[in-house]
Order: sequence, then structure tokens, then C-alpha cells
Amino acid sequence: MIIEAGHFALILALMVAVFQAAVPMVGAYKNDSVWMNFAVPSAIIQVVLVSVSFGALTYSYVVSDFSVLNVVSNSHSDKPMLYKVSGVWGNHEGSMLLWVYILAIYGAGVAMFGRNLPPTLKARVISMQALVSLGFYLFILITSNPFERIFPPPADGRGLNPLLQDPGLAFHPPFLYLGYVGFSIAFSFAIAALIEGRVDAAWARWVRPWTLAAWAFLTVGIGLGSWWAYYELGWGGWWFWDPVENASFMPWLIGTALLHSSIVVEKRNTLKAWTIFLAIVAFSFSLLGTFIVRSGVLTSVHSFAADPERGVFILVLLLVVVGGSFTLFALRGPELKAGGLFQPVSREGSLLLNNLLMTVAAAVVLLGTLYPLFIDAISGEKISVGPPFFNASFVPLMIPVIIVMAIGPLLAWKRGNLTEALRRLVFAGAVTVATFVAVMALSDDGSLLAAFGIALAAWLIIGTLSEIVTRSKMFRVPMMVSLRRLAGLPRSQWGMSIAHAGLGLAIIGMVGSTVWKQEKITVMNPGDSVQVAGYDYTFIGARQFPGPNYTATRGKFTVAKDGKFVTELYPEDRVYPVRSMPTTEAAIYTMASADLYVALGNKEESGSGYVVRIYHNPLVVWIWIGLLSLVAGSVVSLSDRRHRVGAPEKSSKVAAAPQAAE
Amino acid sequence: MKRKHKRLTFVIVAMALLGIAVGLVLMAFEENIVFFNSPTDIVNKQPESGKRLRLGGLVEEGSVVREAGSTVTRFRVTDLVNAVDVNFDGILPDLFREGQGVITEGKYIDGVFQASEVLAKHDEQYMPPEVADALRNSGEWRGDLGPPAK
Repeated sequence: MIIEAGHFALILALMVAVFQAAVPMVGAYKNDSVWMNFAVPSAIIQVVLVSVSFGALTYSYVVSDFSVLNVVSNSHSDKPMLYKVSGVWGNHEGSMLLWVYILAIYGAGVAMFGRNLPPTLKARVISMQALVSLGFYLFILITSNPFERIFPPPADGRGLNPLLQDPGLAFHPPFLYLGYVGFSIAFSFAIAALIEGRVDAAWARWVRPWTLAAWAFLTVGIGLGSWWAYYELGWGGWWFWDPVENASFMPWLIGTALLHSSIVVEKRNTLKAWTIFLAIVAFSFSLLGTFIVRSGVLTSVHSFAADPERGVFILVLLLVVVGGSFTLFALRGPELKAGGLFQPVSREGSLLLNNLLMTVAAAVVLLGTLYPLFIDAISGEKISVGPPFFNASFVPLMIPVIIVMAIGPLLAWKRGNLTEALRRLVFAGAVTVATFVAVMALSDDGSLLAAFGIALAAWLIIGTLSEIVTRSKMFRVPMMVSLRRLAGLPRSQWGMSIAHAGLGLAIIGMVGSTVWKQEKITVMNPGDSVQVAGYDYTFIGARQFPGPNYTATRGKFTVAKDGKFVTELYPEDRVYPVRSMPTTEAAIYTMASADLYVALGNKEESGSGYVVRIYHNPLVVWIWIGLLSLVAGSVVSLSDRRHRVGAPEKSSKVAAAPQAAE
Repeated sequence: MKRKHKRLTFVIVAMALLGIAVGLVLMAFEENIVFFNSPTDIVNKQPESGKRLRLGGLVEEGSVVREAGSTVTRFRVTDLVNAVDVNFDGILPDLFREGQGVITEGKYIDGVFQASEVLAKHDEQYMPPEVADALRNSGEWRGDLGPPAK
């Protein structure tokens, strides 16, 4: 009964979405407030209906209702409760339901917090949200219905893919989707603005916090996925430039650009068409990402069995959204007249330069990701584009981004003084050069690449700190005064600095773990020792170990350096009987300087040895710290009074005189 | 600066960046594209030994030999018409099984494919599209190998 109620609620949500898409849009056109006012209650009814629907599916997972096909295929009564719940979105149908659920939540968010939005804009935004939902409701109900029954119900389910039974991956899809779908708000605002023909600072003040929140969620989602790949797959890497990873990275790149260009719209009332363009592209990339993951058209190490029919449906949806919105953009975009002028050397100029670089970088990733498809379509030849391509094309584009990131915030709006900015970065420059020399001298192999990368990170971190020092007038006025100035800095300023410095930390981790990584794959018998990067790993032995729904072979290693005990490591090789599928649980000992990483492989068929993989991954922890700083920076920035959605405006020159775009 | 000049600067900078990106992409493509081959392709073409390739097909039943005391595994990859010997030094992915689809990357040297990577899958039902196509081309596609890729 409950599952039918869930199914019915979803169909009702589809009906509501039809009206929510049509009525407020017509109302905005006719300027009829009764019709426009339909938007708010319908968005709220919709989120209630999808909650019922999502709740029903979750309930059937929690109680292991094996008369539901979706539960049978993806759950098992033995599974721990966490993975019963995460099993809801650990499969195609359920994850699409989660997608529309998040879409409905965002839509209701605009409806509830959008009291001071201009009524026509609000009606159009909520209507656009419903239009997007409509596509996905149809997709779910036609091709991927999670509420299908099975008769007779089997005694037990087929279990969730063991690789997904992991805390990191349990929360990866919700965060990723909160990010992906969050860009739908910027998209709906962009379309509504194109229809209205005006973009102003008030518009940007609305788009900014939503984009920032979506971006922060996406960062968490990508970070969780990367962290999971790092410790669960047992390859010792955290990023493989795999199509599925790229699918989440492209919206992130465009989202980063959008985040920054919307600042320019808000502060300077310019770059409007560009910002609208980015908002459309960001959401298009979100849809493209969904298409790549859900259709299985590209060979990916992260691929799961896929149904091509679904791929076609999403592709059509993608074409409608992209085609429709860019046609509208082409028709109405030119009417969005540019606002304030600025010199190339200015805050706007630096933001625009980095925007362009981010966009070009996203295009490069897109090309590398889809190139095998083009070649297959043109010549039938099957190729793959691997990490070396991306390292050779994407990474160089990021170098100017990092350099400009330290300079940009020191430039004034409209007309900046480059000499003055560089004068303030003399110290940062000195530290950069010193870092370069130090890394060259200290590392045995004297890797030029590593020295350059770490020096670049130092430039960004010290440059960001220099900006705070400049703003607080530290060392130029009494300490108390500058402390007071520091405390008085706006939260968005702090958010930026935390995020920028965090990126610097992440770069240190990325460079260090890529360049200085050491690995050893060998067969070890109990009692054997090997040395990797100065650490002695001794294999004590392995024994069977029962888990809640798996059996583990747990190895024991002691690690010592120069005869001194460092730690014990317990890598596991688990077998899940329900799917007779093994998974690797690497054991990792994290230090600031490096991760000690051991993965246990197969036992030799004859003999007592195990294949063991040992990695020495320098500085990896800084990647995670850096990513957390990016998120922390976003949170701090979101807590800024000016970003609080619906908060009354403090007097600000731009806000006081919102100019029409025409 | 006039509006027209501003727009011009924007366009020039954007074009320059795109140009640089195209250059980087072309340079990167030159060296970093890896072609996929079925066992039949390898047998027919006998590719030169220095080139990185991908080889995909099914792991031949009964062909997997793990050398004692080392991390080398030998197996054969087949499209059920031709088969190629593969050597791989490392830990095989968790889902590596006889009779299942696999993609390996490496170099073809003196009649043996020296794999440096064996691509892992996350799901036992997943069949890489290239492997499915290779089997279809060899006329050996069977429904029980998993859902067709396209």
C-alpha cells in the first residue's frame, strides 16, 4: 500500500508540475497576480508530494519489502541500516528520485524565502523549476520507475553492490546531487531574467548565495567521491580523469566561474550576458554529467550496468534544455546591455580573465571526455583519452589562474593599479622563490615540476594572507587597530580568503602526492619485511574475520622507521557472499608529511604469501584539508549578512539604485 | 576605454586563450590517445611494439595463471575467434574473473601483450561498450554476456 501511495504521489507531483510550469508563467506574462501567486503553494505542494514518494521508497528499503523490484535488486535483509537507507539512492531509479526530490526542495526554497523577489521574476523562476522537474518526472515514470512490484516476492534481495557499502559513498550521491541540482536555481533565474529582459544587482544578489551553496555541496560531493576512490579502490590514487569523474568536475569548473562572475554583476552591474551564459552552461553540464553517468556511453572505471533507453531519454532532455535555453539566449542576450565599464587591469578584469580560463579549461575537459565518442561516430575507431592528456592540457591552463588569484583581490574595481598590487605581493614573491629553491634543494630527485607546483601554491597562500594584511593595515597601524579592522572585515571577504588559501593547500597535496608517490607491489609471507620510502613494513599475518554481511581477510602489518615503531596497519580483503564479490579496504596511516597506505590482495594459490600493495603517498592529507577549507570558506561567505537570502538590504549604492538592463 | 574597445579586448583575450588551449589539446592528443583493439585486431594488424594500446575482450576460461612467488599474472583475452596472451604485473582488480569482459592497457611486444593496467569495473553486470562491440564484430555476441552496450 505504502509503495503505491509513493507511486501515486509522484504522479500527482507530475500533475502539479504541469500547472506550476504553466500558470505562473502565463500569469507573469499577463501580469496577473492571482495566477502568479499560484507559484508558491504549488511549489510547496510539490515538495510535500515528492517527500511522500521518496519517504515511501525509503520505508520499503528500511523494512526490506521484497515485493518491490527495486528493493530486491539493491538491498538485502542482512545489510546494516546505514546501507539500507543509502541503497535508496545507490541505484539508478532511486537516485533519479533523489534528483527530483532535491529539485523540488530547491524550488520550494525559492518559493518560501523569495518574499522580496519581484513577483514576475519569482513566478517565472518557480515555473522554470517546475518545467525542469516535469522532464525528470516523465523520465522516472516512463523509463525508471522505482515503485514496480515483483510477484511472487523473493525471500531475500540481491544486495547492494559491496563497493557502495561504504560511509564515504553513502553520502556521495546526495551531496553531488545537491550540487548538480543547485545549479538549476541559477539556471531558472537566468531563463527568467532572459524572459524579463533585465538583469540587475538585485538579481545577482539572489543568484549568488544559491550558486555558492550548490558549489559548496558539489565540492563536498566530489571530495567524498575522490576520498572513497582513494581508500576503497586500493589503487592509491585520488583522481583518475575518468569520464564519470570529469562529469562532476565540469559543472564544478563552470560553477566556479559563475560564482565569481555573479560577484561582478552584483558589485558593478556588468558582465551580465556572460553570467547568464555561465548559469545556463553550468546546469547543462549538470545534465550532461547525469547523462554520461546514467547512459554508460563512455567506458569508465566507475561505470555500472546501464540501460541505453534511459540514456536516450536524458539525451533528448539535455538537447531540449540546452537547445531551448541557448536559443532564448541568442534572441534575448543582446538586449542585456553592458553596465559599468572597466579597465583590463582591475578587479573585474582579473575575475573575467579567470572566468575565461575556467571556461576554456572546462571545454578542454569536455573535449577530452567526449573525444572517444566523436571518433567512434566518425571512423568507428575506438580510442581512449587518459590522464596524460588532461595533465598536459588542463594543468597548464590552471597556472595563470593561480597567479591571477593572488593579484586580483588586491586590484581596485573599475581601474586597478598593477604596480601597487605587485608591491604588496613582494613578500609573497620572495616566499615563492624561496620555496622553489628549498624544494629543489631538499628533494632528492630535484623535480622541477614539484618545485614549481609547490612554489605556485605558496604564492597563492601567502598572496591571500598578504591581502588580509593589507586590508587590516597590519604593521602600519597599532596592533589593536588592525585587529579591530580584521574583525570588521566582511564575512564574504573571510570566506574568499579561506577558500583561496584552501586551494593552495590542496595544490600542495596534489603536487606532492603525484610527484613523490612511491609504490611497491610484492608477494609477502608472514614475517617478511619490505622498505618503502624509508619505512619498514613487516607482514605479521592474516586471518579471517567475520563482518555484519561479509567475511574479511584481515592482514596485520607493523610499520617502523629507523627501527622505531610507527604504527600497525590492518588492511582487509572483504568478500560479500550475497554478490560473491570482493572489495579492498586499504589501511591508511595519515601523517602531515605522508600517508602510509597498504592494500591486501589475493592469497597465493600455492604457498602462504599474499600479494601486497604498499604506497607512500606524500602530503595527501592536504588535499582533504584544502577541500574542507573551500567548503568552510563557502559557509563563512554564506553567513555574510548580505548573502542571507531574504534578509533586508543594508544601504548599498548599487542596491539603492537597481538599474534596468535596457 | 570605450565600450567597443572593451569588447574587442575581451574577444582578443578569449581568442588567445582558446588558441593556447587548442594548441595544448593538439599537443596532448598527439601522444596520449590510446587505441582500442580486439584480439582479432591485434592478430590481424600485429601492431608495432612501442605503442600504447588497449586490448579488450573476455578473459579466456582456464587461462589465468598466477606465477608463484611473484605478482605476475598471465591470462588470455579472447573475442571467441582469436585470443592474445597477456602478462600483467600487479594486483588484479577485485572483479577480474575468467569468462568476464576486461579491458587492459599496455604494449604488444613479441606476440605478448604486456599490460600495465587492467581496468576495474564496479559492477559484475557491467560490460564495457568496446568489449561488447568487439564480441559483436567477431560474431560471438551472446545475450548472457550482459546487456548490449548500444
